Amino acid sequence: MEFVLSAGIGIFAASGVWLMLRPRTFQVVLGLSLLSYAVNLFIFAMGRLTVGAPPVLGAIPEIVSVDDPVPQALVLTALVIGFALTALFLVVLLAARGVTGSDHVDGHEPHRAEPHPGNPHP
Amino acid sequence: MTGPVAITQASTWSDHLVVLPIVLPIAVAGAMFLMDERRRELKAGLSLVTMLVLLGIALVLLGRASEAADVYRLGNWAAPYGIVLVADRLSAMMLVLAAILGLCALVFSFARWGRAGPRFHGLFLLLVMGVNGAFLTGDLFNLFVFFEVMLAASYGLVLHGSGETRIRAGLGYIAVNLVASLFFLVGVSLIYGTTGTLNMADLARRLAAPHLSELGLFEVGCAVLGLAFLIKCSAWPLGFWLPTTYAAASAPAAAILAILSKVGVYVVVRLSLLLFGEGLSAGFGQTILFAAGLATIAFGTVGILAARDLTRAAGYAVMISSGTVLAALGTGSERALSGALYYLVGSTLAAGALFLLAEILQRGRDPAEAGKPVFADEYRDPFDDPEATEVGRAIPSAVAILGIGFLVATLMLAGVPPLAGFVGKLAIFSGLTGGAMTASTWGLIAALTLSSFGTLMPLVRLGIFSLWVPSDDPAPVLRAPELLGIAGLLLTCMALALWGGPVLAYADATVAWLSQPQDYVRAVLGEGGVR
Repeated sequence: MEFVLSAGIGIFAASGVWLMLRPRTFQVVLGLSLLSYAVNLFIFAMGRLTVGAPPVLGAIPEIVSVDDPVPQALVLTALVIGFALTALFLVVLLAARGVTGSDHVDGHEPHRAEPHPGNPHP
Repeated sequence: MTGPVAITQASTWSDHLVVLPIVLPIAVAGAMFLMDERRRELKAGLSLVTMLVLLGIALVLLGRASEAADVYRLGNWAAPYGIVLVADRLSAMMLVLAAILGLCALVFSFARWGRAGPRFHGLFLLLVMGVNGAFLTGDLFNLFVFFEVMLAASYGLVLHGSGETRIRAGLGYIAVNLVASLFFLVGVSLIYGTTGTLNMADLARRLAAPHLSELGLFEVGCAVLGLAFLIKCSAWPLGFWLPTTYAAASAPAAAILAILSKVGVYVVVRLSLLLFGEGLSAGFGQTILFAAGLATIAFGTVGILAARDLTRAAGYAVMISSGTVLAALGTGSERALSGALYYLVGSTLAAGALFLLAEILQRGRDPAEAGKPVFADEYRDPFDDPEATEVGRAIPSAVAILGIGFLVATLMLAGVPPLAGFVGKLAIFSGLTGGAMTASTWGLIAALTLSSFGTLMPLVRLGIFSLWVPSDDPAPVLRAPELLGIAGLLLTCMALALWGGPVLAYADATVAWLSQPQDYVRAVLGEGGVR
């Protein structure tokens, strides 16, 4: 279980970082989402991996192993915030697409851009 | 419950004063989002009253924190299980700074910018709520939540006024800060995973214990967490986003954003002294903070020398001021840090004022910057409105007043006598020379001196260009609210110099309090908290 979880987090994070460094804004959004999945799983794992353990101490007296509920609460908060901010980022992305006419993160295409005084060699 | 942790049942109104800087702005902002977008006067009035009340509360808290730290248990749950708000000397000082800066930026926005897009006042108050919360909280995860509130509101404010430059700058700003938030989460969860607590006082107590298993992993968590804050402080090499974003933002938004980088500085100062002042990981990250601070000062100085307009110069000035505090913290000298805190207050106010002045001086010089509508359904270009879109009478002899204001802001930022910028730098120098002189202390003194000259030169050049060089552009028009906003900031700067003694004494006492982490732990967790 540890291997599957850590490999999953690693793959999510690696794909996220790669996508985030791509030039198109949509790829950046997907990269951010994947990275935040990786981080959320990581928070979850910080509560230690347990199977079938109740999250509340004393629920079943004979069980000694309990699951830490705090990371689960943290994940919920982080999920909600991350989701909202990704949505906000999407709106800004659409606005940038509408205003600049390009979905490149620089706001213009790298090869077809016309020279302008600030940047004579685009 | 026993001992000092026992909860008193009777609570008076003044017991709840600590939570008001968070509850009041969010309540008013919430109400504002329900109001019609056209009731601008009502909204402006409400936010003005809110900011005035917040300033009053901050001053009361400052007075109370001078005697003892105020600990507020949310829901009356005792720490470390419940969440606490702590108004100690440092928090109260930052609250007052945020309230003054926010009030002046808000008053400035009444003239013009408050109408440049929808929901300005609500976002503004939400930002203030997030900043206040970050200053007050005594819990790492709560700090994350307040950071996110503050950042979410700042995304809106950076885009306020719309236009291509703002949207492009905003895209980068949001991406950088979303990644920083992910670092924050990784750091927080590592710290929780290794210590089992997120309460700052409880963390300090655990670090004071003789042994902590997985100390290395804990330090990795702190380093990752620190990375998130250093991105916010715009420390080199994590701060390239700052000048572009702040230069693109509208003037009142840029002025209030100046406090955002100081939130990062505040958290670094708070956690370094609380967790790494003594105990198991004493001195953790100190050399890195020093090096990052020094590099930030150098980068900011080069940047300000190369800046071709005032808003960008003001952005680099914000960086230099963050770098100064980080480097002073990195030296480990208490007196240098207290000088740096004093310098931080003055330079933040002056940088805010410079953003406001720059907007008036550069207004009309680049018509391409005028906002284009993005969301056609709720936005119409406010500056096209033929009926009085600008509030307040135009002030006569605007150029002379702007010139004086510019002079004060320049002297403050460059740290030239007789204003508070100089007093702050002098206090840092005297703190540094009081201790053992090493190559790194000399390096910092050299960097601070050079950054003074490096700030003075470009600001004088830009000032001559915008105030003295004859041009065909119409003379700048200064409206009464704009004058009030700028004057408020600069008069506070002058008051800092006039009452430099008491303020420096307060900063000294703040650092003395911060370097005794067991007092903080005792205040939050009670007598039983200190082993």
